Amino acid sequence: MTTRYFHSVTLDKEKCRGCTNCIKQCPNEAIRVREGKARILEERCIDCGECIRICPNHAKLAVTDTLEKLSEFKYSIALPAPSIYGQFEPGVSIEEVLRAFIDIGFDDVFEVALAAEAVTYATRRFLENYRGSRPLISSACPAVVRFIQIHFHSLLDHIVPIDTPMEVAGAMAKAWAEQALGLKKEEVGVFFISPCPAKVTAIKQPVMKEKSNVDGAISISLLYGLLSKRVSTQMKTKGVGCSTHLAGKKETEEESHGKEGHHREGWVDLVRPLRGDNPFLSTGRGIGWGRAGGEAQALGGWSILTVDGIHNVRGVLEQVERKKLLGIDFIEAQACTGGCVGGCLTVQNPFVARVRLRVLAEQHWNKRPALDEDCLDNLIAAGAFTTKKVEPRPVMALDEDVARAIAKMDILEKTVKELPGLDCGACGSPNCRTLAEDIVRGIALETDCTFKLRERVKALAEEMADLAGKIPPAMGLEKTGGESSEGK
Amino acid sequence: MTRIDLEFTIDALDFVHAGEAASRVKRTLEHVGMEREVVRRASIAAYEAEMNIVIHSVGGTMKVTILPDCVEIVATDRGPGIEDIDLAMQEGYSTAPPHIREMGFGAGMGLPNMKRCADDIRIESAPGRGTTVRVIIRPRHAA
Repeated sequence: MTTRYFHSVTLDKEKCRGCTNCIKQCPNEAIRVREGKARILEERCIDCGECIRICPNHAKLAVTDTLEKLSEFKYSIALPAPSIYGQFEPGVSIEEVLRAFIDIGFDDVFEVALAAEAVTYATRRFLENYRGSRPLISSACPAVVRFIQIHFHSLLDHIVPIDTPMEVAGAMAKAWAEQALGLKKEEVGVFFISPCPAKVTAIKQPVMKEKSNVDGAISISLLYGLLSKRVSTQMKTKGVGCSTHLAGKKETEEESHGKEGHHREGWVDLVRPLRGDNPFLSTGRGIGWGRAGGEAQALGGWSILTVDGIHNVRGVLEQVERKKLLGIDFIEAQACTGGCVGGCLTVQNPFVARVRLRVLAEQHWNKRPALDEDCLDNLIAAGAFTTKKVEPRPVMALDEDVARAIAKMDILEKTVKELPGLDCGACGSPNCRTLAEDIVRGIALETDCTFKLRERVKALAEEMADLAGKIPPAMGLEKTGGESSEGK
Repeated sequence: MTRIDLEFTIDALDFVHAGEAASRVKRTLEHVGMEREVVRRASIAAYEAEMNIVIHSVGGTMKVTILPDCVEIVATDRGPGIEDIDLAMQEGYSTAPPHIREMGFGAGMGLPNMKRCADDIRIESAPGRGTTVRVIIRPRHAA
């Protein structure tokens, strides 16, 4: 297989000391230690970031964009993930956080939390009309989607074919900027402010669409310092305002009929009534998406299961596969513990961020939703939210040829029985079964197992001792007994 | 040798582990790169076979043989046997008691579902002597 995969998660070779923490933690058995360094199997990695979290040497890192990339565009728009609202001290308002993005160099800011409300609405409509098998699974967490692509092929059809809030925010912001400011598509750069590497990969190599609506991703952790400095000064010098805040230019007839971009007019209709001085337009329903359970709470009304932490997600998906989850309509599954606030590119302790986000969501729960439902219905009818089907990523097959794969499987099972079953990881594979798999795939040897090696050495030593005791018949009468003396 | 033999012991009324054997079958089929449609059909058939043993019998075994051009599932139980096989094959017909139905099982779709997934299905059963269900599933290119 020659498919190349982009990954945000990468290794800093200098820092890696070849310990086995990451290979054990990886939910996909996607890391091996070879020649004293971790090596990521790129076809298996889902960019969940578990290895970044566990690495004691900080050798795993997430590649994201930097503020320098803003200069590639005439007009840059920040799309902050809802999880960022939970990162700051209590008392810092969402409006302040959003305005701080203008201060640090963005031309505009557009809330992903608001797009999350649009996605909530579209998902609700989809659920109402859906007659297929349940439960449906949220498409919001890209690490979960890729996990399903690899391990749960039978559940691919359960993934809700609706774009993520990030993509919808990208479409909305871009359509509006092109229209209102008369900019060309390539002049507008929209940047997701990301809590995790999985989203970065979802932009560079999307699974549910051909090309992302988003041009780049910058981690929350990278911008946090800059932003927090601004929010604290803003509190004193109130009213910085986003001067350019897109209220500006009236679109002309010809611009509104631009052919570029899907559903552009629909998005523009949706955004038009929103643009004013205050960039903070989301309600508690969208804000809550940043933590586990928020999507479910926003949807309301159905039997929704919420699961967070990739290892827990696996457990629940196995239950779905076994058809054990009866009476569940929808699953909100997130790879990180606590949801997006637990992403490895956030700053705040996830449990602290979670409660702050919950408090914020409650404060703004009864606010009037800003999005017009008729506009949303038009967009849904036009297919603006619809994604393409998720294809399986059959990287687990032992061989492209079924007959050869079956033969390998047979050897694999026999090899597993031979291995000690200690799952120590000293061989560089996460456990004995994976080592057996690596052996049949030809990327490891049985003697990579230190116990197997010791057995072999022991056998060899015994044979050597045995041989050492043997003396040619022509010599050493004193040592050998009857047989050889008889021969003489 | 290009075959894999899997064998599972299935306990009656063990709803905690019910479905695990079918999951193992599925995982193995994916591991050997069997075409998706075969994986789907075999998983359903294995699951239904497993559940039938859990619900209706006093325990049994499921043997699965995987060949490049064929998957065979043989489920054998020590159970009451089926009195009228034709009737049991009808959708919605079930002898499951109410407490099993309350758990969402025993809807009378087990055997019909297996039949739908199978290229060939054979049922041997007689009252008091248990039941053996044999299902054959072939990839399209080999059919």
